[in-house]
Amino acid sequence: MSYLKSTFRHPESPKNDLGYTQANYEGALSTLCAGCGHDSISNSIIKACFELSLEPHRIAKMSGIGCSSKTPAYFLSNSHGFNSVHGRMPSVTTGANMANRDLTYIGVSGDGDTASIGMGQFMHLVRRNLNMVYIVMNNGVYGLTKGQDSATADVGSASKKGVPNMYEPMDLCELAISLGSGYVARSFSGDKEQLVPLIKGAIKHNGFALIDVVSPCVTFNNTPNSTKSYEWVRDHKEATGTFDLVPHEQEITVQAPKDKTESITLHDGSVINLQRQPGSLDVRCRESVLQALEEAKQNKQVLTGLLHLNTDSSNTHEIINTCDAPLNTLGEKELCPGSAVLEAINESLR
Amino acid sequence: MKPTNIKDPEYFHKVVDCQYACPAHTPVPEYIRLIAAGRYDDAYMINWESNVFPGVLGRVCDRPCEPACRRGRVEEEPVAICRLKRVAADNKDDIKARLPEVKPKNGKKVALVGAGPASLTVARGLAPLGYEIDLYDEQEVGGGFMRSQIPSFRLPAEVLDEEVGYIIDMGVTTHFKHYVDSLKGLLEKDYDAIFVGSGAPNGRDLPKLPGRQEGDENISVGINWLESVAFGHTKSVGKKVLVLGGGNTAMDCCRTARRLGGEDVRIVVRSPQKEMKASPWEIEDALAEDIPIFENHVPHSFVVENGKLVGMKFEKVRAEYDENGKRSLIPTGEDLVHMECDDVLIAIGQDNAFPWIERDIGLEFGKWDMPVVDEKTFQSTNEKVFFGGDAAFGPSNIITAVAHGHQAAISIHKFCLGENVAERPEPGVNLLSQKMGFHEWTYDNHIDHDKRHLVPHVDKELALANLKLEVEKGFDQELGYEEAMRCLNCDVQTVFTDNLCIECDACTDVCPTQCINFTDNGEEDELRTRLNAPSNNKEQDLYVSGELKTARVMVKDENVCLHCGLCAERCPTSAWDMQKFSYSVTKAG
Repeated sequence: MSYLKSTFRHPESPKNDLGYTQANYEGALSTLCAGCGHDSISNSIIKACFELSLEPHRIAKMSGIGCSSKTPAYFLSNSHGFNSVHGRMPSVTTGANMANRDLTYIGVSGDGDTASIGMGQFMHLVRRNLNMVYIVMNNGVYGLTKGQDSATADVGSASKKGVPNMYEPMDLCELAISLGSGYVARSFSGDKEQLVPLIKGAIKHNGFALIDVVSPCVTFNNTPNSTKSYEWVRDHKEATGTFDLVPHEQEITVQAPKDKTESITLHDGSVINLQRQPGSLDVRCRESVLQALEEAKQNKQVLTGLLHLNTDSSNTHEIINTCDAPLNTLGEKELCPGSAVLEAINESLR
Repeated sequence: MKPTNIKDPEYFHKVVDCQYACPAHTPVPEYIRLIAAGRYDDAYMINWESNVFPGVLGRVCDRPCEPACRRGRVEEEPVAICRLKRVAADNKDDIKARLPEVKPKNGKKVALVGAGPASLTVARGLAPLGYEIDLYDEQEVGGGFMRSQIPSFRLPAEVLDEEVGYIIDMGVTTHFKHYVDSLKGLLEKDYDAIFVGSGAPNGRDLPKLPGRQEGDENISVGINWLESVAFGHTKSVGKKVLVLGGGNTAMDCCRTARRLGGEDVRIVVRSPQKEMKASPWEIEDALAEDIPIFENHVPHSFVVENGKLVGMKFEKVRAEYDENGKRSLIPTGEDLVHMECDDVLIAIGQDNAFPWIERDIGLEFGKWDMPVVDEKTFQSTNEKVFFGGDAAFGPSNIITAVAHGHQAAISIHKFCLGENVAERPEPGVNLLSQKMGFHEWTYDNHIDHDKRHLVPHVDKELALANLKLEVEKGFDQELGYEEAMRCLNCDVQTVFTDNLCIECDACTDVCPTQCINFTDNGEEDELRTRLNAPSNNKEQDLYVSGELKTARVMVKDENVCLHCGLCAERCPTSAWDMQKFSYSVTKAG
């Protein structure tokens, strides 16, 4: 088995605004099972960061434990990374973000790391609206421990072991919407055309952004009776609409037809162009989204695309009113301004 | 686009760029792997089967394979294919026992005119089948222009003797020092077929240039002069030598002159240097021996004083190109350039000449007074007479002559059996999976990132002092191994089975050069605009699958595929497999 990838690349590889090629955003050769959906998600992250011309050293990739949480080794080799304790990626990322609010935080987690052992941390992370991208590589099984049903497995779905799952699944998107996340999307590892723009939008969104990506486990959960197999998802996938992100820095050259396209301006001036299917949900309205998700579930459909967007939400730093400078840049002088300042504060409270 | 028909042998053949570009279609990656494995005999025999003169070609081949080599598109320089061939030849043991067995005589008799590579290849094909073969040549030994025109510091006589000997020793009757002066005479003898491999023996001259006659004693036509040196008739040359012409013969002339006493040897060409016909490496070697090139100098006249050549005058020109790229040389109007010299060698090309072929023997001549020869069968309009090498379609190179020889041998054999000569045998083709257990391959799929290794040369002073000392030392076994590892194994094909694919994108994601795409089908030109990586090299094919479950197709741009096998390693369903493609040109018999 190969453990190295040739460093030869296409001689005409395009460069982004920073002069980097996509190779500058790659990671090591994957050691996940051949055909794992997670590898496709890793590649979508690479593509999104390349296309957005992010500086790799201004990105931090955070993960917990699991197959999904191994993937930061396979993308963005030139970025910061922290492979934390099982289910504890949210708190570690919160700490990192508190210390340095200027980095782009991309957290990757799995359905086990998020919906089981990390559930408590996940919910509070959403509540606090930490400015980060949270990608769940959702395959419905615990792959690293050989394929037990996870908390996101649908009722009746059967993995390689053949026994249908008996318990109700958790819908991480519904949960995040109800807890106030301002950017919630669902996608499929096998659909990069949809996933890459969603990741770009999530990076540009101010506040917590969740992308729940159905990512088939080829080894344990790619069976005909599984609702998280390549075939089932392809057959039952329903998109809310197509989605396109124009970064703030780029000139908007194509004017989309107004009647079908909704243009939403993000916090930093980037624009999301959303082409809605006729009669589909209004992504800005939480009630409409929750209803649509329930209906899709009843119709045995996987509703994908951007589900919910609220550009007015405030991130953790804004909520707790920290200073603009990253806290890790503050020196003793700023942190201990002296007795005169203390006096003034005391005076103001009298 | 329609799904690619990979059952057509030419599809995968084209992917093996080196083999496809080789006129004899030598299976290059196969013998390079054998060299890496230290199996020099096997590597040599694969070459011998295909190109008959591995030791010779490993030194002096025109190497059409190298500009075609995929490595040149992926990094800077192609694999040193030619010099690897020499590694096999230099390091082999005695291979005589592996040469084909000569069958009892079959009662058929064939005459070969000229003992160069084309005729020798025909002999190699027919002698083992039991043909009685008469080989005619005016020189005293076999080899043709390989011996008379290529100086021994590039091609030692022993190498030539050995490989010519393998063929002569198959029971070929040689008639050396025998100039065939009448084809009619030959036809009247009891030959069943005659093969003409007499080359293009006439070197071009400048008969009308003023002073040509007066200075004749010190003016020679390059190929004649080289032949005279090769056979020991010419042993010295003046100190100042001008070589006219920019082809490989000119390079051989000037380097030979440097060894026979030439101190100030110059190459003078009419055109800009970048348009010289000589191979870049031969120009490099000439420059390395302190031979300057004077470009844009058109010969004006020979300067003769007191009956002796003392110099030449040249008119300076500049090249201009019209919108079709057609070049014209425009005089700059400067004063004529005078160059002193003791000798001039004219190496401005060579022509065919068939003064010995009568025009009333049913053998038709066409354009430029060349015989009419079928491009596939090499048969002339006289059904008994076949042509090959430079004699067939004008001056080319050794490997082309060998390719002609193989085809002519097939034709002669079919003709003697009374079969239809126009029906050509299919190539021998095989496609074999290289899978060996779980994600292991029988070939070394690791990509080596080394730059091309340089062939060591002998010390310049030693080389210039000895006409026979071979300049290139060749790769030793270790360097040969290093260079062999640069080969990308393009013959190990990426074979895609559409009904096994689950469209997980693993191959697309892992491919280092982004060759693989899953996308909607379309017409080729339009499809090329929406692939993952730029797809501008239209000489390289797109491999298109049948329709997949999502109604998309797999499209692979063959251009810069590294054949690293990662797509197949990361494929969960073995929809991709690495399969070794063998393609061998069928030989006579």
